[in-house]
Amino acid sequence: MPRIRAGTVSLRSPLSKVIGRGSAGEGVGHWWAQRVTSVALLPLTAWFVISLLGHSLQSYDAMRGWLGQPWVAVLTILLVFTLAWHSKLGVQVVVEDYVHAKGAKTTLLLLSTFVHFGAAVAGIFAILALALS
Amino acid sequence: MNQRPLSPHLGVYKFMYTMALSILHRITGCAASVGFLLFVWWLMALASGPAAYASAMNALGSPLAKLLLVGFTFSFVYHFCNGIRHLVWDTGHGLERAQARRSGAVVVVAALLLTAVVVWYSCRAFGLAP
Repeated sequence: MPRIRAGTVSLRSPLSKVIGRGSAGEGVGHWWAQRVTSVALLPLTAWFVISLLGHSLQSYDAMRGWLGQPWVAVLTILLVFTLAWHSKLGVQVVVEDYVHAKGAKTTLLLLSTFVHFGAAVAGIFAILALALS
Repeated sequence: MNQRPLSPHLGVYKFMYTMALSILHRITGCAASVGFLLFVWWLMALASGPAAYASAMNALGSPLAKLLLVGFTFSFVYHFCNGIRHLVWDTGHGLERAQARRSGAVVVVAALLLTAVVVWYSCRAFGLAP
């Protein structure tokens, strides 16, 4: 047992003392991002669902005309981006909690990351294509 | 490593419906993630032109797709309502047992009602109901 002298008590682990770096300050980053995105999604999703259902979904022209408007396009891009982010964080937690085999866990996390980034880019591209053409 | 102690497992607790609501938050979250991919697919169909959009809407009109859409709607709405409950908890409020049970019941009722409302308006927007 190392002797503890007055004034030298530390909560740092021996490893962290050897490595000599401070806290990355990102320990709560994932948790916090999950909350920030969920707060953002409350108004964004409510707005989108209420607005969408006021239009005729069967009409290509009506949908295109609605989504192509500048502010609708901007808000929908924010919606797609925030949904992808929130969903990625959530799926990550579920995989980490329930998949214990290392190979399967890494594969699923990689797959989830790729799918979420791909979906975000596709969704944003589609909205831009509608709004700018 | 395999000999490490485990915390008391789920089996030792008396079942409360709040436990079901808790795991339902994750299940509906995963379902909503799939719904998000469907939403992006729909956006891409819209961006691909009238023919692609018509065939996408046709696919969404099949009975199985409609059933799935109702499921996605409930998943999203439940996750939305229970997410608000979680955000309130994060502020340190509503964590007493009686409060948590009451808010759980409120969330279930709100989710079912809102699902019915959204499905009703969706039918109108799909051109299915009066």
